[in-house]
Amino acid sequence: MSEVTTFQFKPARPAPVRSEGLVPWLRANLFGSWQSSLTTIVVGALLAIYLPKFLNWVFFAATLTTNPDECRAPGVGACWGVIKEKYRLIIFGRYPFEEQWRPLVATALMLTMLVVSCIRWFWSRWLAAAWVVALAVFFILMYGSLFGRLDVFGLTRVTTDRWGGLPLTIMLSTLSIMAAFPLSVVVALGRRSHLPAIRTICTLYVELIRGVPLISVLFMASFMFPLFMPQGVTIDTLLRVLVGITLFAAAYMAEVVRGGLQALPKGQTEAAQSLGLSYWQTQRKIILPQALATVVPGIMNNFISIFKDTSLVAIVSLYELTGTLGLALNSDADWRPYKLEGYLFITAIYFVFCFAMSRYSLWIEKQVNKSRLR
Amino acid sequence: MAESVRQPPKKRDWSWRSQAFRGLVYQALALAAVIAIGWWLASNTAANMQARGIKSGFDFLLQPAGFDIGEPLFGYDSSHPYWQAFAVGVGNTLRVAILGIVLATLVGTLLGVGRFSRNALVRGFCYGYVELFRNVPVLVQLLMWYLLVTELLPDSTEPWQIGNVFLSKGGLTYPGPVWSAGFGWVVAGLALGALGVWFYRRWARAQFDATGRERSLFWVPLGIVIAGGVLGWFAGGMPNEWKIPVKGEFAVEGGSALTPEFLAVLLGLVLYTAAFIAEVVRAGIQSVPRGQSEAAQALGLSRSQEMRQVLLPQALRVIIPPMTNQYLNLTKNSSLAVAIGYPDVVSISNTALNQTGRAVECIAIIMAVYLTTSLATSLFMNWYNARAAIKER
Repeated sequence: MSEVTTFQFKPARPAPVRSEGLVPWLRANLFGSWQSSLTTIVVGALLAIYLPKFLNWVFFAATLTTNPDECRAPGVGACWGVIKEKYRLIIFGRYPFEEQWRPLVATALMLTMLVVSCIRWFWSRWLAAAWVVALAVFFILMYGSLFGRLDVFGLTRVTTDRWGGLPLTIMLSTLSIMAAFPLSVVVALGRRSHLPAIRTICTLYVELIRGVPLISVLFMASFMFPLFMPQGVTIDTLLRVLVGITLFAAAYMAEVVRGGLQALPKGQTEAAQSLGLSYWQTQRKIILPQALATVVPGIMNNFISIFKDTSLVAIVSLYELTGTLGLALNSDADWRPYKLEGYLFITAIYFVFCFAMSRYSLWIEKQVNKSRLR
Repeated sequence: MAESVRQPPKKRDWSWRSQAFRGLVYQALALAAVIAIGWWLASNTAANMQARGIKSGFDFLLQPAGFDIGEPLFGYDSSHPYWQAFAVGVGNTLRVAILGIVLATLVGTLLGVGRFSRNALVRGFCYGYVELFRNVPVLVQLLMWYLLVTELLPDSTEPWQIGNVFLSKGGLTYPGPVWSAGFGWVVAGLALGALGVWFYRRWARAQFDATGRERSLFWVPLGIVIAGGVLGWFAGGMPNEWKIPVKGEFAVEGGSALTPEFLAVLLGLVLYTAAFIAEVVRAGIQSVPRGQSEAAQALGLSRSQEMRQVLLPQALRVIIPPMTNQYLNLTKNSSLAVAIGYPDVVSISNTALNQTGRAVECIAIIMAVYLTTSLATSLFMNWYNARAAIKER
């Protein structure tokens, strides 16, 4: 008889180290090595000390009172009452108080159009038409009349020197980017042209503008443009500044567009030429559609920086968001000490806009790359 | 069979169908348009200036300026001519720009490298910092820092004090050396040291090529430069006088000082630009394929050799061009100092413009200064970029 072997259980293998869940995550990301642990402890300690103080200042000890004397009491944190008291002045500037529904509606319209333009489903010819209508409505609402003559719907006329705050910020950045875009495409094409004179003109324009700060362009717009015009012709300050920002933005955007043009393989041009397309046909049907698609994220970045740069018009005394804050608080001795709260308020506004745009830019970058990944 | 050969169409250069001719016409039109616009603007300007009685020309530069500057770099006062006031402005711009570029590079590189930290807190902090600081206009940040410096710091009667360094609403006061002729020798010694470093590097390179032994390219050159400086200091008669600030009854007196305006501009520019530089550095590091690091390890390079000789040279190629842009942006953004009253060249020009009414000249000076600085920076960075660029065949 053969030997009987009995089956023996082997001891179970140990369960694999858990790599998911809270504890392993902590171990990997906070206490991976002794240096990491030390950093965690130091940073954690700093957070433990200062975060409660900060939160206390911002939320728990803050007041919403509109009486500045109550803010001066010891132990009171941020005095958000200053925002409650002054937000109309900060957001709408010197626009007549009773008429401020107009900039509100106009800005809401503009923002809606901006959001709609970001959604792919709406991208069609109708969008351009909608923009024309929206801009016309914006100006009629803000100005109260058409071409300075015809009064519409019995609105009182509000001249541009009283426009201010958020509507001005959004209008300046939107209009200047819209006007700068076609100019930048032309300049970018010009910079890559085979004709030396045209190339030189475009290169000089781009390099000159990119070499000087925006503030000097704005100074030029506000001090020198009046000298440039024929005698008797005066141009609205707002328009002058708008032209200045547009010329500035176009130079930067032209470089972005040129990047897109350069990234396109030369074979595309050659193929188009061998098909017998003319220069403009080549650009319009072959080159630009491909080049512009790749530079959309770059143009978004341009939009963000122009949005931020509009704050500079405060220096040439147009009261956009940054300027209206000074307008609201500098002259008011009661609320002047709470300027920090005011700055935090407009910081939050700028941040929300710019952060949303940068997220959108990331999303669109993914969309553009999707077609290449296949 | 004598089939007639079709002749190619006769080539006529002066026809609308010739590309070269059309090119000439387009260029002539473009030039004519630019010249016409320029002439129109210039003649309008001349007519306007005549009508308003504005004088033109740069002769005002020699007249006394008649205004004081908060931060005179050299012995400037209101009796000095305009051109010296402009020189002070340019000096102040360069001072804040150069210091800002150095500090922003340091802070930005730390933040950019921090995005790759194994520690989630550090990673999160760097991410939050970058997103927060680059999404808020730099002007708002400057104004906010100025507010914090001038309102939240203690009065200059009771400043914060660490050793002999005082910080208050009056600015930062610190002990500074009393300038004397002996320091000329120190500078000479440092220059000699730099020359020595150049020779040392040549020798070290030759040694490396011949034997493969690496020589230190950081500590030894540093030592040579310091030794040069110390030698110069001895040669100059060991000047060791210091201006020590003391807490007076009303303010901190003596010592060297940085004004609150300077601090606010510097802080604002550095923290803003650092966020952008962090992104540049991050993109640069990410652009080096992982295989490079693995290959370096397979060759047995140490961690620091791997970083210095394999990863950094490749990352630099991606980093340098956008970094140049950030340096230029910082320099141009320093013009915002006018908003908080730091006497940079824009602020001085603005004052001069209001006093003399010569808008064209003053704005031309601003633009010329920034154009020169931008061109100089990009020339230098292009040279550095060419050095770091990939050498093919």
